[in-house]
Amino acid sequence: MTVLQNTLYVTTPEAYLRLEGETVCVMVEQQKRLQVPLHHLGALVLFDHVMLSPALLGRCAEDGRSVVWLNRSGRFQARLEGPVNGNILLRQAQFRAAENANGALGLARAMVAGKLRNSRQVLMRGAREAKSDVDRDTMVKAARILATQIRKLPQAETLDTLRGFEGDAARLYFESLPAVMREPVREQFPFEARSRRPPRDAFNALISFLYALVLADCRSALETVGLDPQLGFLHAVRPGRPALALDLLEEFRAPLADRLALTLINRGQIQPGDFDCREGGAVLLNDKGRKTVITAYQERKQETLTHPLLQQDTPIGLLPHLQARLLARFLRQDVPAYVPYLQR
Amino acid sequence: MQRPTDDRLQIPLSALNQYAYCPRRCFLIHGEGEFRHNVHTVSGTLEHERVDRQAGESKAGVRVEYALPVWSDALGLSGRCDAVEFHPDGAIYPVEYKHGKRKQWDNDDLQLTAQALCLEEMTGKPVTRGAIFHQQSKRRREVAFDDNLRRAVKSTTVEVRALLSSARCPPPLSGIDARRCGECSLRGICQPALIGSDRKLEHLSQTLFEPEEELP
Ligand code: SF4
Repeated sequence: MTVLQNTLYVTTPEAYLRLEGETVCVMVEQQKRLQVPLHHLGALVLFDHVMLSPALLGRCAEDGRSVVWLNRSGRFQARLEGPVNGNILLRQAQFRAAENANGALGLARAMVAGKLRNSRQVLMRGAREAKSDVDRDTMVKAARILATQIRKLPQAETLDTLRGFEGDAARLYFESLPAVMREPVREQFPFEARSRRPPRDAFNALISFLYALVLADCRSALETVGLDPQLGFLHAVRPGRPALALDLLEEFRAPLADRLALTLINRGQIQPGDFDCREGGAVLLNDKGRKTVITAYQERKQETLTHPLLQQDTPIGLLPHLQARLLARFLRQDVPAYVPYLQR
Repeated sequence: MQRPTDDRLQIPLSALNQYAYCPRRCFLIHGEGEFRHNVHTVSGTLEHERVDRQAGESKAGVRVEYALPVWSDALGLSGRCDAVEFHPDGAIYPVEYKHGKRKQWDNDDLQLTAQALCLEEMTGKPVTRGAIFHQQSKRRREVAFDDNLRRAVKSTTVEVRALLSSARCPPPLSGIDARRCGECSLRGICQPALIGSDRKLEHLSQTLFEPEEELP
């Protein structure tokens, strides 16, 4: 857990992964394209039609290494589950907390606060780097309103009210996000509001895809720690929905996904040609685009920053694990509070 | 004599060792079931070494039992001895194998004494001495099971049982003891720094809804 293991992303359709000794081989058309030692890998994320040998599947189940299948646009399809891991006392505590309305609300508030504070950081940083006064004003104004919204959160006495506050704040945040884009690229990425399932413009497609990557990491983090990813506090329980993983994702959307998306666009690393527009208006990253994004995300995860609680350099990719650990400890009443990850 | 089926929580011998090293470590392993995998890995390694050892150690008349299951119904303890020597003069002599270099904390002695108490109860014979074998230096260090150690086993067993029944994880080590975290294999799971920063955590939690004002 202290070492950040890599995630192996396989995007090549029809690739075949097999176990060879203590390594994973990625075969494409009978040719060995890649060979990675197993102990370097914490998870496998496979897109589209990627096949795994039974031996590799068994080994991953045994080691508790997560295997997740996503479709082309990053939507979750399936995952491998080994023997139930983690401990029953922790899951009991999680279920008790979810049933206790006040406890759940407290946690949900903290999670929303994390989300909004981190969103606000994206705008503040944008404002600091702004090239024009108009942009700076837009961002500063939005950041101010967000601050007001954050202060209002303790007043939300029901989950619905809280989700209402969150929705309003998120809309405002997304409205001001184009101001963070550099002037020349803004026209290439027209973006008005968040659209999902399917995304209807390139920027939405980009952040949707990144959210899916971060979500997969949040999910494995929770599973590693022994929490049930389906029982959330902010997100309502629904069959098949990883509610707790979505809860955990909230605090990471802005720092891990939005900011990276903006960087990729601002630096021209991602361009309109990296997307496919489908008949009817859906927009999706194409193969080349996905590769660029995955590579950038992987690199980002290796970068380190100073963790506000640990006061030590922590790889960014380890943050979801640390938060999952902190959440587990809070549920077991090992620590007095759950504090979301707060980006500086 | 107490029946072995009494419903007191049975304490694994290794839990005493863990507890003496760090109560939190003991709870994480035995109370929360963390780290099962790695614990198994360790016993797997021992198995290997046992085979290596076997040849050289059949001294005149000494019979050695490896991985011997032992227990004490009186204390509610059970576990395994790495090796127990049965000498021709009747002496029973447990030997515990340790990876580390030197003894740094007295937890190993405690575990060995607990094994002795088990062996005494099982055989009805006194067990007065044993040894810790350090793999690295290939040296034996003899331990005499004096009254202090025996008392410590008993009181530690009671404490461990209370801890594991409480379902509350103790805080990480602090102060000078925190040095032990450095070589603790559970550090990643325990996250002593993350958990130990209660004051910071509380501060952050109290100011969570107060974003800093400074705007560019
Ligand atoms: S890291 Fe330190 S506090 Fe945590 S279990 Fe190990 S020794 Fe105990």
